[in-house]
Amino acid sequence: MDGSSEKVPAPRNVLIVGVGGQGVIMVSKVLALICQRQGLEVKQSEVHGMAKRGGGVFSHVRFGPKVWSPTIPEGEADVLLAMEWSEGLRWLNHLRRDGGTFIADTRRIIPPFAFRSRKYGSQSAYSSEAPREVMEMVGSGYALDATKIAADLGEKRAANTVLLGVLSMALEFPAEDWREVIAETVPAKALEANRLAFEAGRDWVETMRAIPLAERLKDLPGRGTEAEALQTKEIRFEITAEWCKGCDICVKMCPERCLRLNDRLVAELTDPEACTGCKICEWLCPDFAIRVQRVSVLEPVA
Amino acid sequence: MDAKARIREQDEPDDGAAERQALNAVATRPMIGNEAIARGVWEAGVRVAAAYPGTPSTEIMEFIGAFPASDIKAQWSTNEKVAMDVAIGGSFAGVRAITAMKHVGLNVASDALMSQAYIGVNGGLVVVVCDDPGIHSSQNEQDTRMFARFAQVPVLEPSDAQEALDFTRWAFEISERFDTPVIVRSTTRLSHTRSPVTTGPRVEREPLGFNEDPVKNVIIPAHARLAHPRVLEREAKLAAYFDDPDFTRREEGDTSVGVITVGTAYAYVKEVLPEAATLKLASSYPLAIDRIRAFCDSVERVFVVEELEPVVETALHAAGIAAEGKAWFPRVGEFSPEVVREGFAGAGVLEAAAAQEKWAVTPTARPPVLCSGCPHTTSYMAVRAVDGRVAGDIGCYTLAAVDPLKAIDTCVSMGSSIGNAVGFYKAGLETRPIIATIGDSTFLHGGIPPLIDAVYNEADITVMILDNHIVAMTGGQDHPGTGKTLRGEETHRIDFEEMVRACGVKWVRTVDSYDVASVYQALREAIEHRGVAVVISNRPCVLDPVKLKGSPLQVRADGCTACQSCMNLGCPSLGWSDEVLDGFHKVTIDESSCIGCTLCAQICPSDCIRPVAN
Repeated sequence: MDGSSEKVPAPRNVLIVGVGGQGVIMVSKVLALICQRQGLEVKQSEVHGMAKRGGGVFSHVRFGPKVWSPTIPEGEADVLLAMEWSEGLRWLNHLRRDGGTFIADTRRIIPPFAFRSRKYGSQSAYSSEAPREVMEMVGSGYALDATKIAADLGEKRAANTVLLGVLSMALEFPAEDWREVIAETVPAKALEANRLAFEAGRDWVETMRAIPLAERLKDLPGRGTEAEALQTKEIRFEITAEWCKGCDICVKMCPERCLRLNDRLVAELTDPEACTGCKICEWLCPDFAIRVQRVSVLEPVA
Repeated sequence: MDAKARIREQDEPDDGAAERQALNAVATRPMIGNEAIARGVWEAGVRVAAAYPGTPSTEIMEFIGAFPASDIKAQWSTNEKVAMDVAIGGSFAGVRAITAMKHVGLNVASDALMSQAYIGVNGGLVVVVCDDPGIHSSQNEQDTRMFARFAQVPVLEPSDAQEALDFTRWAFEISERFDTPVIVRSTTRLSHTRSPVTTGPRVEREPLGFNEDPVKNVIIPAHARLAHPRVLEREAKLAAYFDDPDFTRREEGDTSVGVITVGTAYAYVKEVLPEAATLKLASSYPLAIDRIRAFCDSVERVFVVEELEPVVETALHAAGIAAEGKAWFPRVGEFSPEVVREGFAGAGVLEAAAAQEKWAVTPTARPPVLCSGCPHTTSYMAVRAVDGRVAGDIGCYTLAAVDPLKAIDTCVSMGSSIGNAVGFYKAGLETRPIIATIGDSTFLHGGIPPLIDAVYNEADITVMILDNHIVAMTGGQDHPGTGKTLRGEETHRIDFEEMVRACGVKWVRTVDSYDVASVYQALREAIEHRGVAVVISNRPCVLDPVKLKGSPLQVRADGCTACQSCMNLGCPSLGWSDEVLDGFHKVTIDESSCIGCTLCAQICPSDCIRPVAN
């Protein structure tokens, strides 16, 4: 068996991804309603739970005459709509290689986890790929700063509706249906802002379509110049044991938890690897017993 | 007065005929599986519903609570066992009753279920259990079908939202016809996938009244010995009942391969191998073996495709049927079209998917975190500062186990923390202060008996109750400590201090979670106290019931020494600025998400975090 002899046309797949609170579910509900109006079967699958806690959110929307699986297999998304830049990268390989459309907001929401390194000269652990190189690699689609477009219209929160406008240009449904469903979905007082945002998204695509891809890419942010490699520094922690009265202040306040009181109730460094040389202990010691130095070390020439 | 008249008397005034008509309308609209289950419950004429929240089952009771109170008495119970007992009580009284829970909730409720499996029902009794294959938000991925087999109660497994509604209604018919509790098993994917559902009207049931039959209802040894053979007879009758083309449904196709499948796996089979002859089971237990055997005899090669455990496959092997299954399809994790395709490819049924070259990109790790301003943050900063041995529990605060808070040593199950702490103490090896941390709802769910145990057995431990006035992890549900019911009505509110003192605890103090110094001080004093001491760290959740937002703070960059003390809070509003001081980033605050809790300002050694100047 080859598994490809279905009689009904295969469903269309739109994968919508982002971070909790961005409106991923709202966008996918609008899309599902439009599909339903066209008389298509729709399945929309999302995973709740951790979304509110800053984790990634994703919603699979599949529509067609008949839909079986609620999830989109890898490499089969016709459209990947990313409301946050690195979430788009996370799901990039779900995009169809032959003619899939990647729509990405270039906005970066950097999680606390990316700032966890305490090494001297650390950079955040956020994805390093910049929009220009990714769009070059993917070859089709749109990367835009939807938040800025929405802010220019005076309503930053309508960024997701700008993206809906862009999405509407990538799918074959009549524009009027989109307008109607959006009008039914958003609260009355936000209607005008969302209407403008939706048209702004569509206009943006119109404008971009007139420009060759290579030209468009020039305006996208490229990869920043890598921070210069900093010299390694050796940290020297010195304590004058006679002056330490074991008050525990340095131990309690050490951001890296690498100090403790020894058997003689004198502060000592337990984990020199963890010490960043921040000098909090030196500054807070009421008895001036601690001295921390960061000494430059010359790397041996290889 | 008969039971029916009593219920009528409790009814609220007429809802209005138009509203009632709208509610009963036959219409098709998209619903998530959980909403479809709730709709099925309402349509089946159910009168009593009780649950404890747990992902992915939570929305079921929330949707049930949206139906008129005159139709269904719906409530949050203190735990799944209580919810199960409430539903059983409803069934005893002669009305249809339901309880809904996540898979691990059934472990808590199982004591009652195992007895009720012998007792049977009066009004129909249905237990909805939502499994979590893939462990999206749980501590394991146990398969509820094993529990059904163990308790010898039938389990129905819908494969989409429409079946979720239909099977829920059907479960009540089976329950009453065969005198048994019935499990309806959902999974995360089904519970949270929206697809079209056609609704129907509510069918009111004639209340039966209590059945005065002590031999049936009082399960003492003499009665249980009579009941057990009945349970086995029931199993055979149910298997015969499922021997029906509607319930054990054959879909014709190419007979070189026959696929037996059940629940959500059915959709993946149809996606990947639509041309194969398929036998779709409505239930994994009990099985209509003869019908299955006939199917197997009619095809050349038989596969069983079922998520998690080989429940059907094992039963077929026991019946002498040669079926392939777990040799190709994994026992762990959630199924997907990819997984099922790979299984059939491994078995030589499908061509292996051509390996596609992947775009090499590096996504950002984005684990869930405690929210900006989460009151749990201070509690765990304090726990870290005293260098405790910390037994954790189930809730949002389990997120404090990872970087940067890293303040929890163990996490087992609902309410385990306090018992675990007693065990740490009794082992006699621990040199660090032994601390149990437990949320408000988790404490009410399973923390009270172990607290009494700790006092009774004179353990020297400190318990921190993290009272954020809500069941937060599941999206903000009420519990006896919030003073509100499922339907939002005012009710008695548990006073935690009073409760703890009543358990015999002599040292109790309530502190404001946002007052860092007080939390530290209280914890240190509690540890000094010999015996059980309880610190109640008190502040409402920042998300529920209302999303809190105060005036944001900012970092005065000329004062920031880039020490990273505040970054150890793990607050999502704190990030690195582009400014670097001697190799370390200074810190900046995202004003749009900062709620102004001031935790970072309180711990900043250089006092450079201040309110945003207007």
